[in-house]
Amino acid sequence: MSMRKVAVVGAGMTKFVRRAQETAKELSWQAAHMALESCEMTMDDIEAVCLGTAPDSFDGIHMNGEYLSDGAGAWRKPFMRSYVGGGTGVFVPIQGWYHVASGLFDVVLVVAEEKMSSYYPHAQAAFLTIFDHTTERPLKPNLLWIFALEMNRYMSTYGIRKEDIALVSVQHKRNAADHPCALLGDPNITVEDVLNSETLAWPVQRYDVSPVSDGAVALVLAAEHVTKRVTDKPVWIEGVGWNLDTAHWTNRDLAYPRYVEYAARQAYEMAGIKEPRKEIHIAEPYDPFDYKALHHLEGLQLADRGQAAQLYVDGVAARDGDMPVCPSGGLLGVGNPIAAAGLMKIAELFWQLRGEAGERQVPGQPKRGLAQAWGDLMQVGTVVIMGR
Amino acid sequence: MTANIKEFPGTPLSEQDFAEGNILFNYDELRGHFAWDTGIAIGRYLAALKEGIILGARCTTCRKIVVPPRIVCEWCFRPMHEYIPLQDTGTVNTFSLCYVTWDVKRIEEPEIPAVIEIDGASPLHGIMHMLGEVDPPKVHIGMRVQAVWKPAEEREGAVTDILYFRPLQEV
Repeated sequence: MSMRKVAVVGAGMTKFVRRAQETAKELSWQAAHMALESCEMTMDDIEAVCLGTAPDSFDGIHMNGEYLSDGAGAWRKPFMRSYVGGGTGVFVPIQGWYHVASGLFDVVLVVAEEKMSSYYPHAQAAFLTIFDHTTERPLKPNLLWIFALEMNRYMSTYGIRKEDIALVSVQHKRNAADHPCALLGDPNITVEDVLNSETLAWPVQRYDVSPVSDGAVALVLAAEHVTKRVTDKPVWIEGVGWNLDTAHWTNRDLAYPRYVEYAARQAYEMAGIKEPRKEIHIAEPYDPFDYKALHHLEGLQLADRGQAAQLYVDGVAARDGDMPVCPSGGLLGVGNPIAAAGLMKIAELFWQLRGEAGERQVPGQPKRGLAQAWGDLMQVGTVVIMGR
Repeated sequence: MTANIKEFPGTPLSEQDFAEGNILFNYDELRGHFAWDTGIAIGRYLAALKEGIILGARCTTCRKIVVPPRIVCEWCFRPMHEYIPLQDTGTVNTFSLCYVTWDVKRIEEPEIPAVIEIDGASPLHGIMHMLGEVDPPKVHIGMRVQAVWKPAEEREGAVTDILYFRPLQEV
């Protein structure tokens, strides 16, 4: 394939908060403005805009992409919103990547925004509509069910203990204590705190879950010739992949995310990665629930099936370990404004690979990182590999 | 860059700011009423439930037996014409003990949603339904269960014609 090289050259983000005073448009603008400032560009330099935001039902606004478009700087420009549920945050930079890699545009602004607090009293109820209206919704399901059902199947299949899964939550929330935008960073949280937190839908407890949040993240993507003009520290998008499994989720293996594996293999092949466990220096798997980070590490081939928890037990996943996992603090710690949370992971890799992550900086001058998101009805995997 | 930035945008609000009127806000309700026709395959599924039968469909190409039935096999993308009555028994693939309702209200007695692999369908092929007549701590993966049906005259062709699944043996 003849594709142009594409780099991330700028990034910006808002704080992730339970409720933001700013509207969704205002959050979008704040992140976009900061991303442009960070690479000294203006809207005149931007040729197209890609926007990611998750279900319209959170906002109660039909065509939420168009609604947000002025905050995202999209007017009188080619504009498209992408949406693959929770996978959106890592899909929207893929969309931006192919806008540039194809040769169609030289500079693209990528914005991901979520305002979940508008839905009253709790955004969880908005998720009810992801279940099939005829075969599932009459049972009055809630979103926690599918996570609890998947987590239980995952734990039972491989004999994983809750104590080990709780380590994920502890490490991510501790990492987030060093993130200036984090909602739930906590340097002192312990495994006991997680195990003693309120049981919501066993085996899911309060601290196994990431918080509902408002926030926005933006990136500037540029073709190689532009990149060389604007920065001497580009971070290249080296591989992308995405994959969708059946929506008949009760008809598949819940212990292993095959779709994440396929997305990862696509990205590894593009990036020329043969041994991901040696070649990926930082992993940012999607972690809306603690077990999901483990589930995804296995799908990403960064751990054997049922063995991902061992990475945390052995300290491999720690910020100063051999393969740091979610040094940002992840969704569990920084917060989970759906689409923005995924793009936060890409922004984290950008800062980490440039050596600009401050307190969160992974030692050893990491050269390559992977970010992944997941969503829809537990069926989509999106993967981006970045390197310098 | 993050290391160089001290102040990030974004202004946190609390629930109290709404309750105490510290900010202006607009409250509104969306009304959405829908009537979903059941389609072809799910129509057959619901009609069978009314008769007290769990219906699956068989793909004659890849020989999968799926439940609920569908008109196309998503694996080989060929039409599925063959409907097959399955057993009303199955095995618990996974379950949860859920202490919150869909709108996040706390409940004392947990609801027990489960994925139940239906006997007669391909391995790992199940439906989501509820478990009942069981002591929550005794539920386990691999437990054999059977559907408890509404009385025939009360069935209306809905997934709720099965009230819940209960253990096949005393536990």
